[in-house]
Amino acid sequence: MASPEPSVASAAAPHTAPAEPETVLAALSRPNFAFGRWLWRSLAYLLGTVPVVLAVGVPLGVLALPCAALAADGSGLERAGAALLAVALALACGPLLSAPVAMVERWRLRLVDARPVPRRPPAESPGRWLRSRYADPAAWRESADLALLVTVVPVLYTAVAVVLLLIGVLVAAPALVAGSDRPVSLGIGTASTVGQAIPYALVGLLAAPAAPWLVGLLAGGHGALTRALLAAGPDERLRAELVEVSRSRARLAAAFEAERRRIERDLHDGAQQRLVSLTLQLGLARLDLPPDSPAAHSVASAHRQAKELMVELRALIHDIRPQVLTDRGLATAVEELADRAGVPVTVDAALPARPPAHLEATAWFVVAEALTNVARHSDATRATVRLRRRGDALLVEVGDDGRGGAEPARGSGLTGLADRVAVADGRMFLSSPVGGPTLLSVELPWTPYEPPSG
Amino acid sequence: MDPVRTAVRVVVAEDDVLLREGLAGLLVRFGFAVPAAVGDADALLVAVAEHRPDLVLTDVRMPPGHTDEGLRAALRLRREHPDLAVVVLSQYVEHGAAADLLDSGAGRRVGYLLKDRVVDVEEFAGALRRVVDGGTVVDPEVVRQLLRRQRDPIDRLSAREREVLALVAEGRSNSAIARELVVSEAAVGKHVGNILAKLDLPPTDDANRRVLAVLAYLRQPGD
Repeated sequence: MASPEPSVASAAAPHTAPAEPETVLAALSRPNFAFGRWLWRSLAYLLGTVPVVLAVGVPLGVLALPCAALAADGSGLERAGAALLAVALALACGPLLSAPVAMVERWRLRLVDARPVPRRPPAESPGRWLRSRYADPAAWRESADLALLVTVVPVLYTAVAVVLLLIGVLVAAPALVAGSDRPVSLGIGTASTVGQAIPYALVGLLAAPAAPWLVGLLAGGHGALTRALLAAGPDERLRAELVEVSRSRARLAAAFEAERRRIERDLHDGAQQRLVSLTLQLGLARLDLPPDSPAAHSVASAHRQAKELMVELRALIHDIRPQVLTDRGLATAVEELADRAGVPVTVDAALPARPPAHLEATAWFVVAEALTNVARHSDATRATVRLRRRGDALLVEVGDDGRGGAEPARGSGLTGLADRVAVADGRMFLSSPVGGPTLLSVELPWTPYEPPSG
Repeated sequence: MDPVRTAVRVVVAEDDVLLREGLAGLLVRFGFAVPAAVGDADALLVAVAEHRPDLVLTDVRMPPGHTDEGLRAALRLRREHPDLAVVVLSQYVEHGAAADLLDSGAGRRVGYLLKDRVVDVEEFAGALRRVVDGGTVVDPEVVRQLLRRQRDPIDRLSAREREVLALVAEGRSNSAIARELVVSEAAVGKHVGNILAKLDLPPTDDANRRVLAVLAYLRQPGD
């Protein structure tokens, strides 16, 4: 499915229209409509409507049958009850049934309308989907489309079919009369002889050229109605785009996180182990050299440099993604942070399970930044970190007994924190009155990252 | 066979091949015997059952899970063979792991060191010997972090006393501390006495009993 591209498509339409019409309705004004592909597409569209209407209409009719029977035979009260029941049934089932129907209708629309149909973003969970079927105006428009499909559409289609049949009968009138020994009914009159049939045939021949346009008009009209009801409006398109943008942002963040993990693993399993091994060998080599020889000095220097490099590499890996986080999870990694913090920190972590990797990374970043802030700006004598799962959220709280007055605007790293939290679709609350205490509270949705299917 | 019998026998478990060979080389260079060097925790258990070593040297993080398989194997070995000395190497300080080790086998014959310490080959070999001789070795970083949890009695220690306390907690003897701080052994003895008094710990000259007392003290949760 193409992603929605509303403004581009509508802006380009006036320019492309003279070259190649995009809809049946636009093609109707062309003299060559009756010979072009749009007529065939219109016919295909109209024929395709029949099974859709049957598939939806027959079960609905069966459902409505008891109501209809009651309404026909019952007393006034029973009739009112039957009507109420029918309305209730329609209101309950309509929105659910209209979803697959709208999908089929949108898909079929391309036969008579080549423009893309902007869609709403798919719901994230069955629960949300169910709620949106009854709450979302777009869902009710889909239900309206379904209602028209089982009421007005069959009537119109039948009317057009009758007219077409009539034209066919009129054109074929002489042949029909010649092949029959009794007067033939021709819809608008009867003819007993071929001579009598000729005027009817002439009327039929005169009307025949209108037939393709009639087909096109019905198909185009139905298509326009479908688009009006089923294509997302500008608001919804904007929302769809916004949803797509935030999802792609989340995908990017997850991809970055996966990449950090990979780099951390590679550095740790490769470079770091080799460096330790190399440094170890240098340490051993030093032992076997005469203590004051130039070679011993060189090797000692190399050993020292290798040790410095070990420290640097360890710090680098830690900054990319702390290994303790990868190996042992958030609670242990936060305890490690607390042990390295500038002030005494009490950690209170009670998590039922390890959160998904991207969540752990974000939460760890939050705690690391918050504790850095505490050490740098707060003059606190102690801090607390709390990790909890509350419903579908991971709760991260960092408090201190410092002098408060923390403000995101003053560039204390809080802005970067808020950005990082926003990417994970989380919320951040900061309470920091002047004089303290400060409490930073972050809620992150505890959802597994799922790559979108479409 | 005979020379191997007299040497301290060490089984090494480390998943990185180069480092495993390096550690084995280091051990042999310092007069240990290495009957087996293995790459995962299951192989470690098998090798210990087969070779009955005096000391096990293992990485915390090993296949297949790459989390704490080595540590869990070490704790199991401590339960099954109370006389077996065990030294665990870790990439980072984890107090839970250190505590689990110190709580096993009354804290004797056990060591918890950061992996980076192996490159200071002489000190590392010395630490292994102390463990084999019944001592307790805790990484200086662990001690440093424990000391940073500021608490009242520790705040009353002088800077020099805190230095001495850190070295005591690492399992150093008075003479080793004296060498490290370039002071007389008598001065160290005086500092140790003061520290133990300030922390309400029983005075003792037994280096290992002292380590355990100090570590137990430091590991108490702060208020």
